[in-house]
Amino acid sequence: MTFLSPLLFVAIAVFIGYLSSMKAETKYIAIHDETGLFASDFLKENKKGAEFNYLNLSEANVNALKDSITKENFDGLILIPKTENVNDLSGKIEFISNNSPSISFIENTQDVIASKITKINLEKLKLDTLAIQKAQSNVNIHLVKASGEESLKGLNEIKIGIGGAFGYLIMMFIIIYGNMVMRSVIEEKTNRIIEIIISSVKPFQLMIGKIIGTSLAGILQFMIWAIIGLGLMFAASAFFGVNVGPGTNIPPAMAQSMQQDFSGIVQMGLKEAWNLPIASILIGFVIYFIGGYFLYSSFYAAIGAAVDNQTDSQQFLLPIIMPLILSVYIGFFTVVNDPHGTVAVAFSMIPLTSPIVMLMRIPFGVPWWQIAISVSLLFATFFLVVWFAAKIYRVGILMYGKKPTWKELYKWLKY
Amino acid sequence: MSNLLEVRNVVKKYGDYVALNEVSLNVPKGSIYGLLGPNGAGKTSLIRIINQITMPDSGEIILDGEKLQPKHVQTIGYLPEERGLYSTMKVGEQCLYLAQMKGLSKAEAKKQLDYWFDRLGIQGWWNKKIQELSKGMAQKIQFVVCVLHKPKLLILDEPFSGFDPVNANVIKDEILALKEQGSTIIFSTHRMESVEELCENIALIHKSNKLIEGKVSDVKRQFRTHSFEVGILTNNVEGLMYDITQKFTVSPASFKSLNDDLKLNIEIGNASPNELLHILTQRGQVTHFVEKIPSINDIFIQTVTENKKLNSNN
Repeated sequence: MTFLSPLLFVAIAVFIGYLSSMKAETKYIAIHDETGLFASDFLKENKKGAEFNYLNLSEANVNALKDSITKENFDGLILIPKTENVNDLSGKIEFISNNSPSISFIENTQDVIASKITKINLEKLKLDTLAIQKAQSNVNIHLVKASGEESLKGLNEIKIGIGGAFGYLIMMFIIIYGNMVMRSVIEEKTNRIIEIIISSVKPFQLMIGKIIGTSLAGILQFMIWAIIGLGLMFAASAFFGVNVGPGTNIPPAMAQSMQQDFSGIVQMGLKEAWNLPIASILIGFVIYFIGGYFLYSSFYAAIGAAVDNQTDSQQFLLPIIMPLILSVYIGFFTVVNDPHGTVAVAFSMIPLTSPIVMLMRIPFGVPWWQIAISVSLLFATFFLVVWFAAKIYRVGILMYGKKPTWKELYKWLKY
Repeated sequence: MSNLLEVRNVVKKYGDYVALNEVSLNVPKGSIYGLLGPNGAGKTSLIRIINQITMPDSGEIILDGEKLQPKHVQTIGYLPEERGLYSTMKVGEQCLYLAQMKGLSKAEAKKQLDYWFDRLGIQGWWNKKIQELSKGMAQKIQFVVCVLHKPKLLILDEPFSGFDPVNANVIKDEILALKEQGSTIIFSTHRMESVEELCENIALIHKSNKLIEGKVSDVKRQFRTHSFEVGILTNNVEGLMYDITQKFTVSPASFKSLNDDLKLNIEIGNASPNELLHILTQRGQVTHFVEKIPSINDIFIQTVTENKKLNSNN
């Protein structure tokens, strides 16, 4: 399975890439423009291979056009009524179709009409559109850190991306391999081999060993996946000529504007990437990865010791998954808005959320004392939980056939 | 004879329930020691404490002159009543792993495994998975696992359950051989005939308390009823009965005999057996004269039921 999984993953990616790279069927949109102002602007959009093909049918009878929509001669009909003032048009233009149109199509249509109206208004006011265009200006603020390092805008996206990717990786790893720890504890219980093992080693040793062993197995598996996956990805994209990366299903209009920004972003990004605290990000990732995984898998092990089978584990799993999900949300909403705000700082200290939240903060620059506090809190909690879990373990592993309650778990602590 | 294991005043409570109440045991070195008791008496609790799976609430345990410590797990072999092995792991790998946990080096473990697999005639099982084996076969593996590291103290909880008579005999012989080599064996079971056969010492635990402990012969002496089974061929039954009932308590008996004789149970109390014999020989021909020795089974049932009566009277 270890070797098949990446293969499957790549196959799915190639399949999706192939599907989204397939040319969508061209849709024919009729335009009934009673003002006669907009049709030409839509016709300009007609290009070879474009998704939409516009036809100016302003002369035709409206009811006949509506009929032809129901008969599916056209895919859609834009109805622009005549008004005294073009500014009154808003809300009166209709789009008639059998199927609901995509959001990007509607936005595009609105854009075309709105910019035309703006242009008309400017002309009415006898303003020089060229001069206005010239007068418009773009301002780029140069961001400089107090420490003197230069920083650029656009960088925030990269920071969020890196922090988010690492945080997400940690969460996935915890969920997948934490479960593995729990399953292996339950397996030993149901096999009844636990009594032999526990008469040779201490529960604490067994648990630590299990957590470390599973994490090493997990890291190895992850690495095999990553290497095979990447290799296959390159091979597949070279062989099929299919773009399997993200961005294949972005609407053309957006893709175009992205394309323009892209080279700029890449340049800026490369420049900025060198300015990122790469070393502290990587070291932080390793430390929080280990700390977070250890902490959570000791919870998983304790649950495994407390229950008899996987189904019974559900009631205890929820309180563990919650902080994980919470930290991802905090990471993506709060940290992004205000990396050094009270909420972000608080949650990057709390051990259950710190592995993910702090990792997402590190690219924005975190004072070392905050990291020190957060890491020591994390590891202190880890040892506390392992001690606590070993207690539950000692009693729980030898209990069969009973679904424990929270109250009983508390009682076991005192044995 | 010195004791390998001494259990001193061990108390174990689970919440309000007392599993072991001031239990003390002395297990002599090199003996086979039967730990008896009905279900739920506290045997498994005691065994788990000796294996350091759980800790006693009070009391102490002395192994080979030292207080029980974590290092001692390497000198104890344990066959739990609830058998189990990793079902998807190969037999050989699994045994190596479990042996190494008991402190053997890999090479030594391999050597021991070869010896035992050869001895029990299961060489071909090395690459089989446990789930491919029958229950009895898995039991054999489990037995091997618990003796691999040559433990000084071997604790066997119901070692014969799940074995057919042939294999049970094989295991019994192995247990006796281990004893010859100097191992001390604690043997927890309900099967009294195997206790009679193997054990030199026994302890009976009932409702968290130790009721009886000692050498099997001593315990039996303690429980002897001083009654004899008698078979006699006589022409004058009435005269005989008259003579005996003057002195002793008599009840009819049944045992196998080739003769058509009169079968009696005679309690002689403090009198000597010769006195009885003397009367008997005057009245007829004695064909059968045996002291009724209580079996462990009788002692077990008697003690447990008497204890029940005591408890209900209180």
